[in-house]
Amino acid sequence: MPENRSVQRWIIRWIPLLVILFGATVILPTILSSFEINLLGRFLTYAIVAMGMDLLWGYAGMLSLGQGLFFGIGAYCFGMYLNLEAVGPKMPEFMGLYGVTELPWLWQPFRSPVFAIIAAVVVPMIIAAVIGFMVFRSRVQGVYFSIITQALTAIIALLVVGQQQLINGTNGITEMKTIFGHSLAEDGTKRALYIVSALTLAGVFILCRWLVESRFGRLLISIRDDENRLRFVGYNPTLLKMIVFSISAGIAGLAGILVVPQVGIISPKQLDIAASIEIVIWVAVGGRGTLVGAILGAMLVNIGRSQISTANPEIWQLIMGALFIGVVVLFPNGIIGAFKGLFTTIRARLSPRTSGSSIPVVQSVNQA
Amino acid sequence: MSGNHILEVQNVTVSFDGFRVLDRLNFTMNYGELRFLIGPNGAGKTTLLDIITGKTKAHSGKVIFDGHLDLLHCAEHEVVRRGIGRKFQTPSVFPSLSVFENLETALGFKTATLRLTAPLKRDQREKIMDTLEHIGLAARAQTRAGTLSHGEKQWLEIGMLLVQDPKLLLLDEPVAGMTRRERDRTGELLQDIARNRSVLVVEHDMVFVRQFGSIITVLHMGKLLCEAPVEKVQNDPNVIQVYLGRSHKPAKVAV
Amino acid sequence: MESLALQIFNGLSTGSILLLAALGLAFSFGLMKVINMAHGEFIMIGAYVTYFFQAFLAVPLRGAQGPKEGLVFLLSIGAAFLITGLVGFLLEMTLIRRLYGRPLDTLLATWGVGLILQQLARSYDSRNLPVTSPKWLVGAWMATPDLALPYKRLFIIALAVICVVLIYLFLYRTRNGRRIRAAMQGREMASCLGVATRRVDALTFALGAGLAGVAGSALTLIGQIGPQLGTTYIVDAFMVVVLGGVGSLPGTILASVLIGVFNSFLEMSTTATLGKVLVFVLIIAFLQWKPQGLVALRTRS
Repeated sequence: MPENRSVQRWIIRWIPLLVILFGATVILPTILSSFEINLLGRFLTYAIVAMGMDLLWGYAGMLSLGQGLFFGIGAYCFGMYLNLEAVGPKMPEFMGLYGVTELPWLWQPFRSPVFAIIAAVVVPMIIAAVIGFMVFRSRVQGVYFSIITQALTAIIALLVVGQQQLINGTNGITEMKTIFGHSLAEDGTKRALYIVSALTLAGVFILCRWLVESRFGRLLISIRDDENRLRFVGYNPTLLKMIVFSISAGIAGLAGILVVPQVGIISPKQLDIAASIEIVIWVAVGGRGTLVGAILGAMLVNIGRSQISTANPEIWQLIMGALFIGVVVLFPNGIIGAFKGLFTTIRARLSPRTSGSSIPVVQSVNQA
Repeated sequence: MSGNHILEVQNVTVSFDGFRVLDRLNFTMNYGELRFLIGPNGAGKTTLLDIITGKTKAHSGKVIFDGHLDLLHCAEHEVVRRGIGRKFQTPSVFPSLSVFENLETALGFKTATLRLTAPLKRDQREKIMDTLEHIGLAARAQTRAGTLSHGEKQWLEIGMLLVQDPKLLLLDEPVAGMTRRERDRTGELLQDIARNRSVLVVEHDMVFVRQFGSIITVLHMGKLLCEAPVEKVQNDPNVIQVYLGRSHKPAKVAV
Repeated sequence: MESLALQIFNGLSTGSILLLAALGLAFSFGLMKVINMAHGEFIMIGAYVTYFFQAFLAVPLRGAQGPKEGLVFLLSIGAAFLITGLVGFLLEMTLIRRLYGRPLDTLLATWGVGLILQQLARSYDSRNLPVTSPKWLVGAWMATPDLALPYKRLFIIALAVICVVLIYLFLYRTRNGRRIRAAMQGREMASCLGVATRRVDALTFALGAGLAGVAGSALTLIGQIGPQLGTTYIVDAFMVVVLGGVGSLPGTILASVLIGVFNSFLEMSTTATLGKVLVFVLIIAFLQWKPQGLVALRTRS
C-alpha cells in the first residue's frame, strides 16, 4: 500500500515534467522554424534566470536587482571564450583597434571552454557571496538589499563600459562564429543549443524544486516571514541568505553561458539596471513563490515582447510600464496565483456547505 | 562562582543614550529553577532578556551561562544553539509555514545547512508529533500558523522551544492577552516544562505567578530590588512603594 | 592650494546636485518607506518644465529682450516644483496609496510608472535637448586669480541650501510640517489625535516629488536634458539616503556632501569610473560599521 502510493505520487510529480520536456525537445524542433527555435531557446535561458530570481525573491523575500548583472557576467565569460574560438591563435579584432598587441592576462584562461564555463557560474557566485556576506552581516534587509544590489549593478556596468581596451566597452563582444567547431549560423547548431537550454532548464527546475520542498526551502520562507525571529530559533540568517543569493547568482551565470551563443553578442546594455528589474517582472507576472510561475512568466513576457516590440517598440515600453503596475496592484500573485484564486472560488461556489460557513468568518475578520 | 548556577549575570550595565536601563545588575539562577521576574515599566526586564539572548550588547559586565560560557560575545543564534530558548512578548511564529513546519524548522536548528535538504528522520518526526500532542495542536498540524488564534500561536511558540530542548527557557509575558481558559492551559504547559529545565518568566499577572509558588525577583530602575517568595514580595514595603506609591495598602498588590 | 580648493568646490557642487536629487527621496523613502523608482522621472519632468519655460514662455513672459530674463528661470523652478508635485500627488492618490506596507511592490510599480513617463517624454522628442541658461549665470566668479568658480555651480549650491532651509522651516515651523512628522513617527497615534494621515501621506509624497522637480530644473544648468535624464541620478540618490540614515534630514545633507567630495577627490586621483567604484566600496564598508547610516535614529525595540 505505501509503495503503491509513492509510485502514484512519483507519477503525478514527474510525468508532466517528462511530457513537457519530451514535447519541448523532440516535437517542437520539428514543427518550428529555426528562427523561432532560436528565439525560444533564448527565452528558455531567461526562464532559468527567472527561477533563480524566484528562489531568492519569491521564497526568501530578497529582491535582488543584480540578477541581470550575474546573467551578463556569465554571458561575458562564455562570450570571451567564443571570441577566442572565432579568432583562433590571433587576437580579438577590437583589440587591434585600440592598439593592444598582446592578449591581456585576463583573457588567457578563457581559451579553455571548461574554464570559461566554470568561471561563468563561479564568478557570479563569488561576487554574490562576498557582497552578500558584507550586506547581510551588517543586517541590511529588505529594500536596502535591493538598493545596494542596484548600485552594485550600476557600478559594474559603468566599470565594463569604461574598459574599452579590455572588453570593448559599450560595443561589447560580438566576434563569435562557432561553438565547439559548429557554426552558430547553422540550423542544426541553433536546434542543439535550444535543446541544451531546455535540458538545463529542466535540470535547474529539479534542483530548485528539491531545494524548496526540503527543510531548506521552509527556512527560505521563514526568512521572508521574519528573519529576526529566525535568529532566535537558532539559525544564522546571514549564512542562509548568502547561500541562496549565491545559488541564484550561479543559476543566472549558467543561463548566461547558454544565451550568448544564441544571441551572438554581449554588451554592457545587458548589464543595465533595467535588465535586472525586468527579470523581476517575469517572476511577478508568472507568480512569485512558484517555480512554474517563474518559467511561465519569463516565457510569456518575452514572447509578448517579440510579437509586439519588433513592430512597435514605443508601445511595448508602455505595455511594460502597465504590466509592472498592473501585476503589483491587481495580481500580486501573478498568473498562477490568479488561477489558484479562481479555482478556490469555483470550488467554494460548487459546495454550498463551505461557502455558507465562510461568510460569518469573513465578517468577524472585518470587525476585528 | 559556584558550579550550581545555570545563569550568572555579573555587574551588567546597559545604557541607551546615557540612560541606564540596567545598572550594574547582579542576578543568578540555579539549575532546575523556575523564577519569575517582575518590575514596573522600564525596570529593565525585557532588556535583561535581550542581554542574555544577545539581542542587545551590554556596555560592561558578564553573563555566565552553564558555569563557564560568557554570553556577551555570542550572536543571537549561537546563544540559542548553546541551549537558551526565548519566547517573545508578542506571539511570533512563521505565518506562511504550517504548524508542523514551524516545529520542523525549530527542530533543525543545530543541523548543518546543507543537511537541511535531507528529509526528516523517523525519530525527528515522532518528536514533532509528540510535541504537537503536548501543546494540543495535533489536529491543526497542517494549518498555516498565520491563521491560528492568539493563544494557539503562543502554544506553538512554546512548542518550538520544546523541540529544541533548551537548558534555560526565557519567557516574556507568556499569558498576556489570553483568555482565562488559555491561561490555565498555558500554566499547565509551563509547569510541565519547568519540571526538567530552568525557566525564567517575565510576568505581571500575580494570580498566575502565585500558582507556582516560586522565587520572585523584582527589578526596579535597572537594579535588583528584592528577591523572595511570593508572599514576602507582596508584603515588602519597597516593592509596594515602587509599584503603588507610598499611600497604598499592601493587599492591593495581589490584584 | 588652488587645486585643493577647486576639488572641494567641485565636491560641494556635485554634492549639492546629489542633495537636490536625494531630498525628495528622503521624504518618500525616508519617511514613507516607498521606494519610488519614478523619482528619476520626476527629476526629468522638472527639467522639461524648465525647458518649456525657457524655450516657449521666455519671450511672452518678458518681452523680446526685456531685463527680466532671470525671473523666467526662477519662475520655472517654482513651476517645476508645483507641476512635479502635482504629478506626485496624483500618483500617490491613485497608486502608491494601495501599496503601503509593501515596499518592494512600490519599487516595481513605480518602475512601471517611470517607464511610462520616459516613453511619454520620448514620444515628445527622443533626442536630448539643450536648455538655454539665463545670461547672468554664464561665466565664473574669480575667487582668486587662479580659481574660477562657475556661477551655475554656485547657483546650484545656493539652491540646495535654500531648499534645505525651506524644508526645515516647513517641517518644524508649520502646522502641516508638524503633521507630517507626527504621522511618520507614529501613524496610529497621530490618526488617533485627529491627523488625517491619508492627506498627510499625499502631501509628503507630493513634496518629495516637487523637490525632484526642483532638482530637474537645476540640472538644466549643467547639461542637455532627455528622457533618460533621471536614470543617471536615481541610483546615486538612493545611496545618499541609505548612507545618510533613513528619515534623517541632517544625514541626507551630510551624505550628499561627503559622497560629492569623495567622488571629486577620487576621480581626480584615479579615473571617473574608478572613482565611482571606490565611493561605492567605501559606502558598503561604512555600512559594515554603521548599518543605520551616518545619522541614526535610535529607538527602543
